[in-house]
Amino acid sequence: MGKKDLNTGLKLGVDSKWQYSPAPESTSHINLKKKYDLFIDGKWVAPSSGKYFDTINPATEEKIADIAEANEKDVDKAVKAARKAFGPWSKLPAKERAKFIYRIARLIQERAREFSVIESLDGGKAIRESRDVDVPLAAAHFFYNAGWADKLDYAFPGKKPEAIGVAGQIIPWNFPLLMAAWKLAPALACGNTVVLKPAETTPLTALKLAELVQEAGLPDGVVNIVTGAGSTGSSIVNHNDIDKIAFTGSTGVGKIIQKSIVGTNKRATLELGGKAANIIFEDAPIDQAVEGIINGIYFNQGHVCCAGSRLFIEEPVYDQVIRKLKDRINTLIVGDPLDKNTDIGAINSKAQLKTIKDYIKIGKKEGAEFFEGSCSLPSKGFFCKPTLFTGVAQSNKIVQEEIFGPVLAVQTFRSVDEVIKKANNTPYGLSAGVWTDKGSKIFNLTSQMRAGVVWANTYNKFDPASPFGGYKESGFGREGGLHGLSAYLNLN
Amino acid sequence: MSTKTKNVSTKDLATESLSNNNGNGMQKNERLEVLKTYKVYIGGKFPRTESGRYYKPTNSKGEILGNICLSSRKDVRNSVVAARKAFTGWSGATAFNKSQILYRIAEMLETRKAQFIEEIVFQGSTEAEAKEEVAAAVETFVYYAGWADKFQQVFSSVNPVSGSYFNFSAYEPMGVVGIIAPENNSLLGLAQSIAPAIVGGNTVVVLASESKPLCSITLSEVFHTSDVPGGVINVLTGKLDELVSFFGSHMDVNAVSFHRESDKHLHTIQELAVDNIKRVKNYTPSTYKTEAETQNPYKIIDLQEVKTTWHPIEVIGASGSGY
Repeated sequence: MGKKDLNTGLKLGVDSKWQYSPAPESTSHINLKKKYDLFIDGKWVAPSSGKYFDTINPATEEKIADIAEANEKDVDKAVKAARKAFGPWSKLPAKERAKFIYRIARLIQERAREFSVIESLDGGKAIRESRDVDVPLAAAHFFYNAGWADKLDYAFPGKKPEAIGVAGQIIPWNFPLLMAAWKLAPALACGNTVVLKPAETTPLTALKLAELVQEAGLPDGVVNIVTGAGSTGSSIVNHNDIDKIAFTGSTGVGKIIQKSIVGTNKRATLELGGKAANIIFEDAPIDQAVEGIINGIYFNQGHVCCAGSRLFIEEPVYDQVIRKLKDRINTLIVGDPLDKNTDIGAINSKAQLKTIKDYIKIGKKEGAEFFEGSCSLPSKGFFCKPTLFTGVAQSNKIVQEEIFGPVLAVQTFRSVDEVIKKANNTPYGLSAGVWTDKGSKIFNLTSQMRAGVVWANTYNKFDPASPFGGYKESGFGREGGLHGLSAYLNLN
Repeated sequence: MSTKTKNVSTKDLATESLSNNNGNGMQKNERLEVLKTYKVYIGGKFPRTESGRYYKPTNSKGEILGNICLSSRKDVRNSVVAARKAFTGWSGATAFNKSQILYRIAEMLETRKAQFIEEIVFQGSTEAEAKEEVAAAVETFVYYAGWADKFQQVFSSVNPVSGSYFNFSAYEPMGVVGIIAPENNSLLGLAQSIAPAIVGGNTVVVLASESKPLCSITLSEVFHTSDVPGGVINVLTGKLDELVSFFGSHMDVNAVSFHRESDKHLHTIQELAVDNIKRVKNYTPSTYKTEAETQNPYKIIDLQEVKTTWHPIEVIGASGSGY
């Protein structure tokens, strides 16, 4: 039987024949307070305004805890604490600094289960992902960067690296703990002190991380965590004693930050949006590629800046790929984030769910053909089925704009040149994917993609040793790896 | 020769030269010197500014340096188009090829030393300063030529990720880079700002020194005869005040490398850069006296993006074989 025959008509009826019994992860062992204050200078401090906001579970819409809202005064307090701590921390023998960071890594590993459950509760991501990706990677980031602390002299030939000072770090809601680790670990290893602001919808794991910082015995003021929404973030960005801004989030906010630091000596790294092309050639290992497409767009509900949200299929395999893709989408389970069988958890917030639904409406209006998974959705909470659009044009909004949800836009191509042009025809440049069995074609494509991370025959892989960051309007600077260190150092 | 040439008339031209200010006035029976028209350099051609405008910078003695093109917004845009067109070819050229071309620039520059010294002296430097500057410019191109096939090796990495993947990070040029060249050091400043940008595969649009523009066009002639493909280096003369916003706002410029002592202009560029998240690199105008100032591979890296590539490795070991 030839390859062609194998690929026609065969289908596993997983969705219709098998039912999964619920397998919820227990929440009995987690430790959460009803109310969280700000973590400033090693202590829990009530916000000066006395204001608190709710953090809710997006899968149930139930409140989890009260979270302090930091205003300019509170941010100022945090920056002052960080400034005071900077001298001693940066002068600490590097190997001692390393050991503090190693301690954090170990503490995360020890409490991995608790962190995973809280991450899924607060942010809505499937426990399978928080357990297997977010939390282990967060620990790995601290572990990797800890070791750099006393080896920085080897990282930049001919240069004498020195800590910058106080870093203001603002992180998004899609990978709350992992993004905190991406920011904190290199900053601390390089001898800086930090004021970190988690996203307002997902503050819990960062606040739990503050507990670990205390437990690890870090000197007071080295890590400060302030919670709040956009205005808290802008207080950090505009504080005149901040030396470096690290931001992960939308391109829109990134531009505001870039503009507001003009005329200051603040350094910045921006990790912003994306609209990645995932390109599948006729000679690709089709089944693996289909898995890669699924992982590329539906991983973390599509709340991923490097998501493979634009799929390009070479015409000869278009029908085959679409059929397999739809079959696979129909097997995906959307539901309780804490259930170990769940593939796609809850959309992070009501606002984000509305954004996604609006884009789906726009896609339909623009004339594209719509498909969504056949699964059922829970009656409560913010959920969205995995969806895809075929027959889209390059000019369509759903092709041009980042949706940040489980929405895939599918286009076709006939030649290598055509797909390179189409793939690069976007203001973004964060990531790309290429699927083909031919080595020389892989390297042609990976080198032609104007993007900072390119996955060939795989997708959405992350590692602390692997630099991550974008070209063009996806921001500048790298996080992770040796190249991520320079953002936190003055190279003299 | 001492007369100021404020109004260039035929009579003035008959008795002295605009560009050849060597202190010897023309004798009556000498031939009439052919004067050089300074034009701009776009896409491998030497057009006049499309605006048809010119300005007349003078040296400290008040002598007019020439009728210099007062480039316009349209010239900037034409240059960016030329630079973008040249980008694929130049960034794709082998490192060895780029290295050879930069070295060739040094060779061409060396053989035209006298002309540059003359221009630099005319612009107001002493003979000794001019000689030193030209020599340093030649050294600059030799130095960066050598980095072409080395900076990747020194600064790239293979990343030991957890899992069966081959993962590496390498540098790629940012794309089209706008260079606001230093106001002083009209030759060395160009060399120091252009060489690190192009050796890494970027294509550039350069705004030359406003008050000392002569070397920029002569240097363009050097580029032109050094096998630098047309469009890789584009050189404009004119006023920063007028052109600054176009460098900042052009949506197809990926980065700006800024070498002037003007916070006002820097901030204009930084603010406009936000529209397409241009990378703006600010270099304090340098005296170019120390090696640390003139020989710095991190200036190449400043205009590079890091690309990380992942590929799975088949796990042969799992089936028992291995080495």
